[in-house]
Amino acid sequence: MLGRYVVLVTADPLARALPGQFYMLAAAERWGGGEGERPFLARAVSVMRAHDDGVVEFLLEDVGPGTKRLCELQAGEDLTLVGPLGNGFSASGPDTLLVGGGIGIAPLLAVQDAWGGLALLGFRDAEHAAGAQSFAGAAVATDDGSVGHHGLVTDLLDRELERAPGPIRACGPPALLDAVRDRAGAHGVSAELALEAPMACGFGACYGCVVATVDGYKRVCVDGPVFEAAVLV
Amino acid sequence: MIEFCGIELRHRVINASGCFDALAAGRVFGDRLFEEFPFAAYVSKTITLHARDGNPPPRLWESAAGMINSIGLPNRGLDAYLEHDIPALARLPVPLVTNVMGSTAEEVGELVAPLAERPEVAAIELNVSCPNVATGLDLGADPRGLEALLAHVRPLTAKPLIVKLTPNTADVAACAASAEAGGADAVSLINTLRAAALAADGSGLWLGGGSGGLSGPAIRTIALAQVWRVAARVAIPVVGMGGVSCGRDARELIDAGAALVAIGTESFRDPAAGSRIARELEGSFTQIAR
Repeated sequence: MLGRYVVLVTADPLARALPGQFYMLAAAERWGGGEGERPFLARAVSVMRAHDDGVVEFLLEDVGPGTKRLCELQAGEDLTLVGPLGNGFSASGPDTLLVGGGIGIAPLLAVQDAWGGLALLGFRDAEHAAGAQSFAGAAVATDDGSVGHHGLVTDLLDRELERAPGPIRACGPPALLDAVRDRAGAHGVSAELALEAPMACGFGACYGCVVATVDGYKRVCVDGPVFEAAVLV
Repeated sequence: MIEFCGIELRHRVINASGCFDALAAGRVFGDRLFEEFPFAAYVSKTITLHARDGNPPPRLWESAAGMINSIGLPNRGLDAYLEHDIPALARLPVPLVTNVMGSTAEEVGELVAPLAERPEVAAIELNVSCPNVATGLDLGADPRGLEALLAHVRPLTAKPLIVKLTPNTADVAACAASAEAGGADAVSLINTLRAAALAADGSGLWLGGGSGGLSGPAIRTIALAQVWRVAARVAIPVVGMGGVSCGRDARELIDAGAALVAIGTESFRDPAAGSRIARELEGSFTQIAR
């Protein structure tokens, strides 16, 4: 447990996920029969950490029937994984600004583990801000001011962009990603955004997870989930 | 080997149109997918005359034991399919069935005629769930409309024609009989059932396309009823589908009269569902033989 979050630790001996990639996760038993007889579909979850020995860590928050069941998994219960899936972040350096909001901090930890970077993380409150503890140093903002800066994580980003602009990697709620995209454009820095979308399959079959880009609709699962901010409309 | 409309198939399990993108899956899972292809035939997603972007998101809604989709048949159009997709799909180790949809009989004819010339295409499936502009009904919801469609399209190809019936009709067996009378070689059913979800904030319909199609185990017993009725009415083979997630479900559709079983939504949950269900289905026959 990390405050409001649950860290799910499992293993995939077959492949090592790159930062920004995800898996489709479902509990092998009791997947269904929850609220409204759900969940039915697997849930797309970003990799938070992928270790050399095949151990994979995911960050979860109980926000619905699927994540609730995943959060309840006990050691020894079987988990169905399909992955690693999607295109991750491109390699970056220690001057990179990692901007995350809420559960969206997970793939940014994978980036920081791999290539370093300055983490700027925003949360609702102290219970959620506990998620920042896994990072090797992070500046935190909270909506209620209970931890770190009282305000938005974009305030921290503005400060950094004035001080030492660098490329941005971001993941979080849509409003945060919109704000990051505006800042990146204004400061002339590149930004890669990891998007979230409900998915039925995760491997390009269902076309359910599309996002509008300058080249028309693209599938978040196989064309993303990481997109250059400039291609999103 | 199984014989279906003159085509030899390794087993009785194929994919439902639009539920498995072999080219995308090949990029994700690598060449192994082509070597151990999960289905006995590959049915393409629906191809239309002109390119379609598909519906605005959101396109998915998870329901009790199923999902509603409102994808809107995105595809690059017939010309791109003929030029780019067919050569790539010809690499698959199984016969290729091409699914097409047009809003009029003439438009369907324009799709079928060039496909009839392509040796890579083993059979053509007609998606007749397109709304008829004149009546507002799906083209395939009306037996007379189906008759007119087949009268126009049947002479255009010697390849097997499979009519993918819509379940959103008063009398699916009458529609199947019309398809058979018009010269269809097989019928496939059921397509998704029209369904809707409401936005939690009271702003109206949730899906970007308005209503959508319900699929998954939630519709399996409806599929069983419709397959049973259709198989009792027509002599041509029936491809049964709707909510199949295991060999036992597939076996029930076979017992209801289906010659083949198609897997749709379960492939989203398990990309290897086709081979698993084919194996389980084969096992169900072996057990009875003992």
